[in-house]
Amino acid sequence: MLEIRNLHVTVDEGTTKRPILRGLDLAVGAGEVHAIMGPNGSGKSTLAHVLAGREGYVVTAGEVLYRGANLLDLPPETRAREGIFLAFQYPVEIPGVANIYLLKAALNAARKHRGEAELDALDFLALVKAKLRLMQMDESLLYRAVNEGFSGGEKKRNEILQMAVLEPQLAILDETDSGLDIDALKVVANGVNAMRSPERAMILVTHYQRLLDHIRPDRVHVLAHGRIALSGGPELALELERRGYGWVEAKALETAAGARP
Amino acid sequence: MTTGAREHYLGRFAAHRARLAGASLPWLQRLRDAAIERFAGLGLPTTREEDWKYTNLSALERRLFDVVADGAQFSGFRNDVAERELARHALDDTHRLVFVDGRYAPGLSHVASLPRGAEIGSLAELVATRPEVAAELLDTDPEAEANGLAALNAAFWTDGAYIDLAPGVAIDAPVHLLFVATRMDLASFPRIVVRTGAGAEATVIEHYAGSDDAVYLTDAVTRIDAGAGARVTHVKVQQESRRGFHIAGIHTLQAADSRFASHSFAFGGQLARNDIATRLEAEGCNAKLAGLYVGSGRQHHDHHTCIDHARPRGTSRELYKGVLDDASRAVFNGRVIVRPGAQRTDAQQSNHNLLLSDGAEVNTKPQLEIWADDVQCAHGATVGQLDADRLHYLRARGLDAATARGLLIHAFAADVLRDITHAGLRARLSTLLPGQLPEDMGELECELLPTS
Repeated sequence: MLEIRNLHVTVDEGTTKRPILRGLDLAVGAGEVHAIMGPNGSGKSTLAHVLAGREGYVVTAGEVLYRGANLLDLPPETRAREGIFLAFQYPVEIPGVANIYLLKAALNAARKHRGEAELDALDFLALVKAKLRLMQMDESLLYRAVNEGFSGGEKKRNEILQMAVLEPQLAILDETDSGLDIDALKVVANGVNAMRSPERAMILVTHYQRLLDHIRPDRVHVLAHGRIALSGGPELALELERRGYGWVEAKALETAAGARP
Repeated sequence: MTTGAREHYLGRFAAHRARLAGASLPWLQRLRDAAIERFAGLGLPTTREEDWKYTNLSALERRLFDVVADGAQFSGFRNDVAERELARHALDDTHRLVFVDGRYAPGLSHVASLPRGAEIGSLAELVATRPEVAAELLDTDPEAEANGLAALNAAFWTDGAYIDLAPGVAIDAPVHLLFVATRMDLASFPRIVVRTGAGAEATVIEHYAGSDDAVYLTDAVTRIDAGAGARVTHVKVQQESRRGFHIAGIHTLQAADSRFASHSFAFGGQLARNDIATRLEAEGCNAKLAGLYVGSGRQHHDHHTCIDHARPRGTSRELYKGVLDDASRAVFNGRVIVRPGAQRTDAQQSNHNLLLSDGAEVNTKPQLEIWADDVQCAHGATVGQLDADRLHYLRARGLDAATARGLLIHAFAADVLRDITHAGLRARLSTLLPGQLPEDMGELECELLPTS
């Protein structure tokens, strides 16, 4: 599904270009759920943004293949229509646009891209209502402006609602657990778990292990200094919770020093 | 320079005075004579005047427009153009009066049956057939027409509309006044008078349209007299030719507990100016002023508004928005006066501007003059660009860049459009905004709009 090879990314900060990712390799297959963990500043969110096509990030080396084709040349909207979904760490408020309007426009755009007819109003509403129940969201949120005045938990749930409606092939959840109380975390996790399928790949970007109590990943990767420093099974997350990130970072620095050309 | 326009229009007045509407009525000629005298003293406004600081009318000094006095002499309008414009701008479920180059065109107009006590029609016809009623309707305070262009309208007006409602009478369908310009180099001086008796209700859509990039001048004056408890909604739609000049004044007087709503939409013209003023001259009035100006190319839009709280317990809400592209300019000046003794006034004003290019510019200025102490007044103004995070978020959900832009522009304007209750007009106004909406979604339909 997704193959990242030797990815180097710098972030454009006006006058300076700061390297963030320095040779990241990652392969995620259909049906798999991968967790990407790591300390603050390790490049987790950068990876999520680069995959979604956010401007301001410059890929200086490496490649990203999505379903066998080069992803990096595609504009963000094409990536979305091709089935990539990023649940934002900080969902954006859009005054004046009703939540349901965006859902409908986004779904139509993807369906059109796939050569499918748009859903009629009734089918669309039935679909959205079913997903609302899954996310335990009130119907009134559909008619409010996108994320405007939503609580932190509502915003995160709304991201997963969009994901549930759009049914992506590859879902990237960027710190979806941050700012959630335990009840909201469960709701979000249930929503994500309901989306697991043999055709769908998921990447959970998270700082803490607690999301992984509710969504059991197939693989856990630790990102440090811009590359995957360590990979393992779900038990790795528990070890990180116990020991912290320091030892992995130290190890990553050693490896980086050795590998630097 | 100034003498150019002044001498030209004084000359035209002398030549046409005897043929203007109601020339045989001494009281009307006195009004016109007084007006042309005011104009002779004032000339066209210049940027040396505070109210015209950012709107330069020197083009009107250089470009002198023809004035045509009466209908009989006037046969030059382009009927094909008028009919095409009518087809483009007609609105369902309205009473429609069409004016071509400033003259009433009965053949293009359509007024369904009106309730007893409601009268609408051509002002020139009213002067000819019932001058005593016309005299009442035209008996206005010249102080409100203190600038040169308003004076010019008072001197030259040849036709226009009147809407006269007896107390308690409500017209359900909006009255659509469509002013179509078909001729180059012509000045027209429409005059509109709205009088609503106590408790009466009306919606008036004052609509200006021109095409083919004709250069002409519209110099319009609208007077609205809202009786006690009356509800008057005035919608101005300005879609002049991209090279046309449009100068207009809309002046409202509000009696006790009346409600006045003004919506001004400015799309056309190379230079357009609206002076919109309402005076809450009795207790318990409510005024709502809303507007949207959309500029591109080198267009210049100017709105000067004035809400005059003269008596206690008045409420006013004002919201103006601008969308400016290319090298277009806009001016918003929102004056709010709270007179001594107008206690418990509640006034809020805001003006928000979206600049779509680096070359666009807006001058926005609140002007609050508060002479009472027990009042609530608030104002705010913003000037900004499309938000990069919002654009990216929409694109990350599958909307292409142009659609994401269009959606944000429409969303920005949504709260000004939302209050237009005529669905056909609302939809048409929406299509005049720059930027496309998602395919197969149509306008930001009401049920898809957020509830506030």
